[in-house]
Amino acid sequence: MDLLIQTIWEGLVAGVLYALIALGFVLIFKASGVFNFAQGIMVVFAALTLVGTYEKLAAQGFTGPAAAFTAMAVAIVVMYALAMVVERFVLRPLVNQPDIILFMATFGLTYLLIGAGEVIFGGEPKVMITKELFLPTGSTDLRIPGAGPNGRDGLVLLQHIDIAAAIIASVMIAALAFFFQYTRIGRALRAVADSHKAALSVGISLNQIWVIVWFTAGIVALITGIMWGARSDVSFGLQTIALKALPVLILGGFTSVPGAIIGGLIIGIGEKLGELYLAPMLLGSTLGRGVESWLAYFIALAFLLFRPQGLFGEKIIERI
Amino acid sequence: MNGDTMTAARQRAENSAAPSPAGGRGGEVVLEVKNVSLSFGGVKAIRGVSFDIRKGEIRAIIGPNGAGKTSMLNVINGFYHPQEGTITYKGATRRRMRPYVAASQGIARTFQNVALFKGMTTLDNIMAGRTLKMKRGFFWQMFRYGPAMTEEVEHRKKVEEIIDFLEIQAIRKIPVGKLPYGLQKRVELGRALAMEPELLLLDEPMAGMNLEEKEDMSRFILDVNDQLGTTIALIEHDMGVVMDLSDRVVVLDYGQKIADGTPEDVQKNQDVIDAYLGVAH
Repeated sequence: MDLLIQTIWEGLVAGVLYALIALGFVLIFKASGVFNFAQGIMVVFAALTLVGTYEKLAAQGFTGPAAAFTAMAVAIVVMYALAMVVERFVLRPLVNQPDIILFMATFGLTYLLIGAGEVIFGGEPKVMITKELFLPTGSTDLRIPGAGPNGRDGLVLLQHIDIAAAIIASVMIAALAFFFQYTRIGRALRAVADSHKAALSVGISLNQIWVIVWFTAGIVALITGIMWGARSDVSFGLQTIALKALPVLILGGFTSVPGAIIGGLIIGIGEKLGELYLAPMLLGSTLGRGVESWLAYFIALAFLLFRPQGLFGEKIIERI
Repeated sequence: MNGDTMTAARQRAENSAAPSPAGGRGGEVVLEVKNVSLSFGGVKAIRGVSFDIRKGEIRAIIGPNGAGKTSMLNVINGFYHPQEGTITYKGATRRRMRPYVAASQGIARTFQNVALFKGMTTLDNIMAGRTLKMKRGFFWQMFRYGPAMTEEVEHRKKVEEIIDFLEIQAIRKIPVGKLPYGLQKRVELGRALAMEPELLLLDEPMAGMNLEEKEDMSRFILDVNDQLGTTIALIEHDMGVVMDLSDRVVVLDYGQKIADGTPEDVQKNQDVIDAYLGVAH
């Protein structure tokens, strides 16, 4: 019983973080119709800028929380600059081009960011500045009466950083949802997602909206980078977590923010439960090894067969 | 059309000042299109068309399918950029209008195939029309606090007035994608009105409507023109509606202007009759 609770909790935390990455994809996909392959590297690049800047400051003898938050401000400014550059040099010249061309352009962006990151901050893995950002470390044992084997008390181990990650991600998602629903810019973002033509006719500037969307996705990437970085470390290998966002998106639908969240949770929990129950069953066969690494894609595949638009995506019905 | 609109039209005709030489009402020229030509590759959509729209009038643009009417509206609000000719709006002459400039200078429009924000409610759609009127920046918007909140409330009031005017109170919280076509057209008009336009471009506001819906829409168009003093340019296929509503009519055929004048003049014009009915060669 306590093992189950532990597994679900871990799945939940992983799920919230998957949801954050998927959210970055959904934001950009909705507003500019681009599947942004660079979202994964944006996560790494943002975290790298944060840690790298802190290291450079530390080399000057400026350390501690003040330096960490200065580095944070620098990272935010860099993500804004990136949004402007992408809008000016990628989206604007390629407006009205087929989607596949924009998709390929984000491939280019990916390698550009990898190159830039390595040149500026070096390629070796870095440790996230967890303590300086006031993120908690350590863990708590949660005692659950009667949940253990033979009626004994069960123990669930809660990492503090996981609790913080879950809270921060939830607050971030709620704030974004609120921003989208109730403000002028949020409305403009949704308007652009629905119809470019109509948005233009009421005087919404597509260029401005694209910058805002890419900047928002950049901030989401930064937060994601901090959280993942705190759990492992900051390295270019981290960008592969973006691939985990794919099954999340297929499950939740590419155009739905709630879909990204629920999809993330389902994949996160599903993976951990799969590891717990499915792995022993398949033990001995080749499939048994690393259930966690293929189960998400298997679920996504099943969804593609039966519900290609995802749980919350828009069903596309075309009149012919 | 029925008595309602007829009375309104007649009343308006009586109220209007002495008719100008070309007929109809209207003061100074708000918008002038001069020698505009537009082509897509080898297809010439518009060939050297000139006409003007005067302040306060209802100007109809008619013509058979493919005559270039919608292209003309797209040129006026900057979706298309003509290869030749100029557009003079409020004294400023331009070769190419830009959608943002058009919107911020008071040109609003609706679309032939309803272009609404389908996932958003009626209220949000009309609020989106006030985008340019709202000034608070990104910072306040992030928190929807202080000035941004006051602003939101103030604009919401304006939007409620429009909702009352168009009699769509009952559907304000419904996503517009779920509404019947006639109501969608009405919401689209509401979104355009939310911009408080000086010039309103309506692309087939009554296409696909039944008689009752057409009468409602005609009434709204006349009221907007009368009460708000908005200048209107509309494309319409229903000749009864065109004759009842408009002060002056410009007729396009194969991208060229073939007639321009009062509804009565245009109706009698032989070229127009030929264009619509076809002529033996």
